[in-house]
Amino acid sequence: MKMPPFDYACPATLSEAVALLAAHDGDAKVLAGGQSLVPILAFRLAAPKLLVDLRKLTDLRTIKITPDGVALGAMVRWCDIESDARLRTAHPLLVAAIAHVAHYQIRNRGTVGGSIAHADPAAEMPGIAMTCEAEIVAMGKAGTRTIKAADFFQGALTTALRADEIIVEIRLPAWPAERRWGFQEFARRRGDFALAAAAVFYDPDASGKATNAHVGVIGVADRPLRLPSVEAVLNGAAIDAGTIAKAEAATTAAVDPDSDIHASGAYRKALAGTMVERALKMAAEQAR
Amino acid sequence: MKVHFEVNGRAVEVAVEPRLTLADCLRHHLRLTGTHVGCEHGVCGACTVLVDGKAVRSCLILAVQAEGSKVVTVEGLSKDEGLTPLQASFRKHHALQCGFCTPGMITTAHALLSEEPDCDADRVREVLSGNLCRCTGYVSIVEAVLDARAAYKGGTS
Repeated sequence: MKMPPFDYACPATLSEAVALLAAHDGDAKVLAGGQSLVPILAFRLAAPKLLVDLRKLTDLRTIKITPDGVALGAMVRWCDIESDARLRTAHPLLVAAIAHVAHYQIRNRGTVGGSIAHADPAAEMPGIAMTCEAEIVAMGKAGTRTIKAADFFQGALTTALRADEIIVEIRLPAWPAERRWGFQEFARRRGDFALAAAAVFYDPDASGKATNAHVGVIGVADRPLRLPSVEAVLNGAAIDAGTIAKAEAATTAAVDPDSDIHASGAYRKALAGTMVERALKMAAEQAR
Repeated sequence: MKVHFEVNGRAVEVAVEPRLTLADCLRHHLRLTGTHVGCEHGVCGACTVLVDGKAVRSCLILAVQAEGSKVVTVEGLSKDEGLTPLQASFRKHHALQCGFCTPGMITTAHALLSEEPDCDADRVREVLSGNLCRCTGYVSIVEAVLDARAAYKGGTS
């Protein structure tokens, strides 16, 4: 339906944008790509007094790649990630996951900062942030602070972000060239939200056994999850059929999704195990 | 508020409420009714237009966000006499029945073929997955887009 009325501001600087949010004390919303916010307004699930459009803040659209890792400006769009050839080696897991984000037209507008702030429990970017221990940099009237992904996502569409804060950057730690990784997602239609998806990576030691294993899943809880019990199965083990079967069992034991109109909880639970299994197979095959 | 942008090569100035979508602005204020509004929340793709060369859903953009942009609608992808190669291909392959989704299919396919004139059938299907058609079953649309690729090679069309 038609959106409820609101005022619109398009500030030229970040500090002006923060001041506008602070002055409205929770009654203003940030407009980045608008690919989640505008549908929410169209359903009249929200009725903010003011939208603060960040489109003039072009500094937020940069992708920085340094020895410390990848820093994505909050206004980086999915299509920017797709077209940046450097990221295919600097963060192949990010690139693989982003390929599942929404449809062509939405990828031309949607932003990484918007996805993180929206915090849909089935969205890929929050899942990658959790799995990779990303840091989220936010600016508010009290200044800039850095929030760990594990502290940032607090529930469905609920984050640690304060009403006057704007995400400015998402920092993903450096990605070693020899790292093995996999990403698998199941959705009824490519581009739709995941019924479940898994992101995995590990650093093989000299004998090929996994160290520093990270396993994350989306679509199976009220927020993206990391699964320490599955990581414990992988660390110190060779990633062979036996280990992968144990990891699959550990995944289904670790998640307890609710049923909804898209899938039953039991189905999502089994699917999460299958996604972890397939992602680990994908990772193991890179080793050959 | 007043917003200025370019539509199909023509500069326009429109007075709009901030909540007006670009789709409704095009249809109601500029009388460009070729852009169809299906779902109004970014699912069906019927309202796809090009903004600064990129295919986007005009129901998910506010008209005020288009300030300073170059917008191309399905009207801007046609010509006064005869059919464009993409339109002719849709006709040849029976790629439409009721036609409601067709403006979104044409704008999306035009953006894809302009960016990737060598795309394969899988890529066409992936890109068109964001456009719902309830008549054709998509096979004829994919064939029409693939058959139109030749017209986009060498930077023409």
